[in-house]
Amino acid sequence: MKNAVGRDIPEYLLVNGKEVYQGKNYMDGKYLQKAAPRTRRYEAPQESKLVDSIRAALEQCGAKSGMTFSFHHHLRDGDFVVNQVMKVAIEEMGLEDITIAASSLGNAHDPIANYIEQGKVVGIQTSGIRGRMGEVVSAGKLKTPAIIRSHGGRPRAIEGGEVHIDIAFIAAPTSDCVGNCRGIGGKSNCGSMGYAMTDAKYADHVVVVTDCLVDFPNMPASVEAIDVDAVVVVDSIGNPKKIASAAARISQNPRDLMMAENVAKVIAATPWFKDGFSFQTGVGGPSLAANLFLEKYMDERGIKMGWAIGGICGPMVELLKKGKVGKVIDVQDFDLDAVNSINQTPGHYEMSASQYANPANKGAFVNKLDFVVLAALEIDTGFNVNVLTGSDGVLRGAPGGHPDTAAGSKVCIIVTPLTRGRMATVCEHVVTVTTPGDCVDVLVTDYGIAVNPLRPDLIECLDKAGIPHVTIESLKEKAYSLVGRPDDLEWEDKVVAVLEARDGTILDVVRKIKPYTLPED
Amino acid sequence: MEILKPAMAGTLESSDAQVTVEPMDGGIQLSLQSSVMNQYGRQIRETVLETLDRLEVKNAKVTVVDKGALDCTLKARVECAVFRSCGQSAANIPWGGAVR
Amino acid sequence: MIPRPKPERFRLRRTMMFMNAQKPGLIKDAYIYGCDSIMLDLEDAVAENQKDAARFSLYHALKTIDYGDTEVIVRINGLDTPHWQEDIRVCVAGGADGIRIAKCESANDVRTVETAVEKAEEEFGVEKGRTLLMAALESPKGILNAYEICSASDRLFGVAISGGDFRKCMQTVFQPDGVDMLAARGQMLVAARAAGVQCFDTVFTDLDNEEGFRSEVLQNKAMGFDGKSLINPKQIRLVHQVFAPTEKEVIQAEKIVRAYREQSAAGVGVFTVDGKMIDIAFIPGAERTLKLARVCGMYEGDLV
Repeated sequence: MKNAVGRDIPEYLLVNGKEVYQGKNYMDGKYLQKAAPRTRRYEAPQESKLVDSIRAALEQCGAKSGMTFSFHHHLRDGDFVVNQVMKVAIEEMGLEDITIAASSLGNAHDPIANYIEQGKVVGIQTSGIRGRMGEVVSAGKLKTPAIIRSHGGRPRAIEGGEVHIDIAFIAAPTSDCVGNCRGIGGKSNCGSMGYAMTDAKYADHVVVVTDCLVDFPNMPASVEAIDVDAVVVVDSIGNPKKIASAAARISQNPRDLMMAENVAKVIAATPWFKDGFSFQTGVGGPSLAANLFLEKYMDERGIKMGWAIGGICGPMVELLKKGKVGKVIDVQDFDLDAVNSINQTPGHYEMSASQYANPANKGAFVNKLDFVVLAALEIDTGFNVNVLTGSDGVLRGAPGGHPDTAAGSKVCIIVTPLTRGRMATVCEHVVTVTTPGDCVDVLVTDYGIAVNPLRPDLIECLDKAGIPHVTIESLKEKAYSLVGRPDDLEWEDKVVAVLEARDGTILDVVRKIKPYTLPED
Repeated sequence: MEILKPAMAGTLESSDAQVTVEPMDGGIQLSLQSSVMNQYGRQIRETVLETLDRLEVKNAKVTVVDKGALDCTLKARVECAVFRSCGQSAANIPWGGAVR
Repeated sequence: MIPRPKPERFRLRRTMMFMNAQKPGLIKDAYIYGCDSIMLDLEDAVAENQKDAARFSLYHALKTIDYGDTEVIVRINGLDTPHWQEDIRVCVAGGADGIRIAKCESANDVRTVETAVEKAEEEFGVEKGRTLLMAALESPKGILNAYEICSASDRLFGVAISGGDFRKCMQTVFQPDGVDMLAARGQMLVAARAAGVQCFDTVFTDLDNEEGFRSEVLQNKAMGFDGKSLINPKQIRLVHQVFAPTEKEVIQAEKIVRAYREQSAAGVGVFTVDGKMIDIAFIPGAERTLKLARVCGMYEGDLV
């Protein structure tokens, strides 16, 4: 069945009430039955929940084949926890048919690809998938299609019971002996633990894995002891160098800077750019650089940013410290400046993924967002964005908060170079739709700006401010004139991944790519 | 032109291509690797073969490692490798003739 | 193939940005940053053993890429190298707008290049005189011979000083106040103005020193330069800002040109604007201001 972004969704996926994507805010006003976990009572006073090993924790939680384990990705490419836990579960305990429900998976998790190939891991639910795991899933080696959700879609699915977590693993930079966890104060700090919070509340069992045990009570706790079954101390939960970079530097690439400046110009031309406005930006080159130029416009107009959300890094913390933004609310940290600031700098708070972006709760932050600046691997002439699949059709990306912030914000700006090497970023049809075009408002490229025709109000703003803009079709033609028109990718029928829209409807599917062979003479 | 000795042109930087030509009998043997194979492999191959054809290279082993080069870069790298293999790359290039 | 219009000898050249002709990722769209001219470099940026490869890249870039209104100039290798003749052939065949002669020291150097350019225009069937020239003065001898160089050819649109080599010859290094090259810049400017050609200042290489760059550009403008060579797109904006006329200058220029047209139609040669005496000598300057204002988006009238 064709959905609202023109993607053909196989009928066999439309079971148990699953629908195809119908457009923005389709689920608004509907009711959600929340799913409650079945949790163990710890009524008798307990000195400590420390157990000797990951295996002991798994056994205490009744781990068995067929279960769903959840993980969160605040340790990013430095994470050791997913691999440590899965190694014990599969290699030592011989568990099979395991589903991994993670907030994201990346290059750190290459070993999991082996378990997929062996058929031991049979399900993957995640926001991001990269590296070897992306390759093996794309090659059709996972038993069931991977389910890809946004950062807001994930807590929605957990709270609504679409994902039932048997055991949640919390990678904790610090924990006390009963499981009060924080993202700071240890040796592998990650700052915010926002993605883990819903897992801890909705999983049947919760295991904290830490490499820094601290005195009780570890306060204020990001994940609370009231939800934790067991605490395991390991040598190391991750490589600090890969968890948080030293400091996210603002790009010096002239192309990035030029685009960033145009992003700021667009923002400053809209009526929402006024004292107290709210803002989120990605950490990619031009997105992050937009901070710099935005500050200039804020100074010129004598206004301040009310609040900023998102994955946070140094430049935003800097603005907070300078008093140019009122509050920073943080679901994840990308560099040490941000890690060292959360809950320390006045006005820098932590939030859960649900609070950040869940479309099914009663007031996520994204819904009050004025501006978001985001990157894209591809954007097509319907303003649909792909941040998941490469030009070879292989899974190598992450929707993350992209679809949530795009849908919630008043102005969603995509910033990307028109071409990358020989790839046309602006194209006729994206490989996979990860953010639907009805949520995307403005495209800023190095060859010009295009405004979604769905937003005549923004077109008027740009015209008034004398900011030149063109149609997205003309940008696509320019891109093709530079790099040539790409050949269509060739797919097999088999669906390897299902892309859920943030509201839970099906936005797109990723099929198995046919191995490429050059034509002979 | 006749490929007299192995020669190479280009780099493995993004947006570039590294082209190697080597003497070989029995026609053109092209081996192509590309970072954009699925979408542009066919076009890259066509460009390389057309360029060789214009230079009247009939026999050669040609290896292209493409890092997302545009057609104009591919042509330039193939031509340079061929002229280098004949020791003729430094002067009197037929600009606008066989090189176009 | 992208046909380029015949190059204009005296056009606006506030910013001339150097680009290594050997780097495909750089030259494919250097025009997007909005500099007036790009300078594709076959000389210092290209290693000795890649001169051949750079020419192939350059040829196809010139033939394939639509640079639009951006002028495309190529810096060729010095006349003391084995490369310059083939450099000229490829520039002319590819249809470059102009050639920058490196290390130019005499009128004879300009004429040597001019002869080779003419030969190449003939060889490749290019309109005679199409390919413009500019000379880079990089040595004390070049500066001393600036006037003869500036007047050596009808193709020559301007001269530029090249600071790196010049400072070495003079046994000095960069000085924040510009005193290291003050005399040379002055002499070159005088020669260029006497010969009626344009004059460009050298690159500023310390990209992190924004204040230093600003003061050098302000000094360039105050001394009367037409523009400046650049090494990074992020330098473009400031130069265009500094070289833009003030609003007051634009209004004044418009009044002068308008009054001149009216008065000369009535047969009057000398008249007053806002109480200031004006004659024909003011007109080229006023027209230049209006043209510049138009490019800077400050003038939309029809006087120029």
